Amino acid sequence: MSCFSALLYKELLRFWKVGFQTVAAPVITSLLYLMIFGHVLEGRLQPLEGVSYTGFLIPGLVMMSVLQNAFANSSSSLIQSKITGNIIFVLLPPISYREFFAAYVIASVVRGVVVGFGVWLASLFFGWTGVAHPWWVLGFVLLGGAILGTLGLIAGIWADKFDQLAAFQKFLIMPLTMLSGVFYSIRSLPEFWQQVSHLNPFFFMIDGFRYGVFGASDVSPWLSFVIVGTAFVLLAALTLQLLQRGYKLRG
Amino acid sequence: MPNPDTPAISVRGAVKQYGALQALAGVDLDIHQGEFFGLLGPNGAGKTTLISSLAGLVRLSAGEIRVMGHEVVRDYREARRKLGVVPQELVFDPFFSVRELLRIQSGYFGIRRNDDWIDELLANLDLSHKADINMRALSGGMKRRVLVAQALVHKPPVIVLDEPTAGVDVELRQTLWQFIRKLNRDDHTIVLTTHYLEEAEELCGRIAMLKQGRIVALDSTPNILRRVSQRALQIRAAGMPDVLPTFLAEHLLARESGVLQLRFDRHAEIEGLLAAVRESGALIEDIAITQPDLEQAFVEIMQENSR
Ligand SMILES: Nc1ncnc2c1ncn2[C@@H]1O[C@H](COP(=O)(O)OP(=O)(O)O)[C@@H](O)[C@H]1O
Ligand SMILES: [Mg+2]
Repeated sequence: MSCFSALLYKELLRFWKVGFQTVAAPVITSLLYLMIFGHVLEGRLQPLEGVSYTGFLIPGLVMMSVLQNAFANSSSSLIQSKITGNIIFVLLPPISYREFFAAYVIASVVRGVVVGFGVWLASLFFGWTGVAHPWWVLGFVLLGGAILGTLGLIAGIWADKFDQLAAFQKFLIMPLTMLSGVFYSIRSLPEFWQQVSHLNPFFFMIDGFRYGVFGASDVSPWLSFVIVGTAFVLLAALTLQLLQRGYKLRG
Repeated sequence: MPNPDTPAISVRGAVKQYGALQALAGVDLDIHQGEFFGLLGPNGAGKTTLISSLAGLVRLSAGEIRVMGHEVVRDYREARRKLGVVPQELVFDPFFSVRELLRIQSGYFGIRRNDDWIDELLANLDLSHKADINMRALSGGMKRRVLVAQALVHKPPVIVLDEPTAGVDVELRQTLWQFIRKLNRDDHTIVLTTHYLEEAEELCGRIAMLKQGRIVALDSTPNILRRVSQRALQIRAAGMPDVLPTFLAEHLLARESGVLQLRFDRHAEIEGLLAAVRESGALIEDIAITQPDLEQAFVEIMQENSR
């Protein structure tokens, strides 16, 4: 077992051991969204030609679950380790900062995918229509999960207290996800807000993912892919830089 | 094979600045392979900072540290493989059982199957019956022993223990020291910080005293003790005057409720001291000669250095 695989294994085992909180609970939350929004808005909104509102909402919720849980995984794991002090167990061994990065981000992606998959399975009861382009779906899930896993790492490194992490989550991650077009197509927004939405990288994750599912989207999946890919590269570079310097982790 | 002349730990010009505070103010220190070394000093002296720097948990503002010849920042992989650290704080990971934790920790050092050694560690630390218990369910003393096991999963040649017996009961302390002594006999270098001075006196071959980020004394334990060569004559007497005659006052080390501690260098001086006590009108009830201990050495050396 390499240092990297041991750390990855630890991170996976960590969320799996508390699977009720980390997997079951978020699946149930998404289903509540689906039942409530689907029930209230079904028939009133039709964001995409030929797709029911519930049908439109499901992939958005799946992707939102992937993103939020990927963020939650790395950020909460790190902040808990920092606050309890057991972070030293991963700082004392000969683990490189690249291995550290990869293990935390991959574990976050896995948690995101597991929860997303759970939401998708459950949503079969509400009528899922099938997937038009599976590779696009996979690509956006992995990239989106990796971006949020990386953001979670940044937040976990930066925050000294749970409050600060919660602020990061509430004032940055939540609004960006909510305003990314999970519940609506941004075409239904006034021109100005459409423009604003285009500044939100989360919009392209959701939109690209929806292209994979329906074969139709607000913008080209290639454009989304380039934007989301660039965002990941930039964030990863920043995070690797922080880890290499030992920012907040090695006094 | 490592060169036996390479110091187990070598510290050169170590400075650690926290804002205006110098936690380490230029430390130079070589600890040889196979030593049982004591790092002593009052709270805030910089012991933990020094240990954290050599473990790579803290980065020095200036200076350099090597573990078995490997510089701890540039050559961190090798340096960390050679080092096992038992931290001062009682930290634990609440998600795992003792055995899971030790397996994961082995994995961090690239060791795949380690159960034989893990079982040996658990047996030596009297933890075998707790192997499958979650960390949360362990008492403080047990958690402390798990920390020791965690530091040893990769059989490091250099083992550093930062106040490992703080808050540990006496029986457990004995178990721990037996084990650490055994490791030292098997050629592991041991570095220990402690507040229990008799512990350092009993265990350590050499001692460094740290104060305000500086080493104020560094010598073999017997030499450190000799620096305060004062054996003391302890006299219990009735009717001692409040103001002692000058001769006695000059030799006085301590006085409490009818007991005097008097300094002497040669046995020939004892008779004179006893006579002086009798002449002051007091009735001697008991006498004893006390040996110097590290506690006393410690206080004296610390005082010398603040003059
Ligand atoms: N992270 C830190 N930030 C600021 N000051 C610190 C930090 N860590 C330690 N110190 C200070 O450095 C000094 C040495 O601390 P420490 O090494 O823990 O001492 P010891 O272990 O000998 O009790 C103390 O004054 C302590 O307050
Ligand atoms: Mg300390």
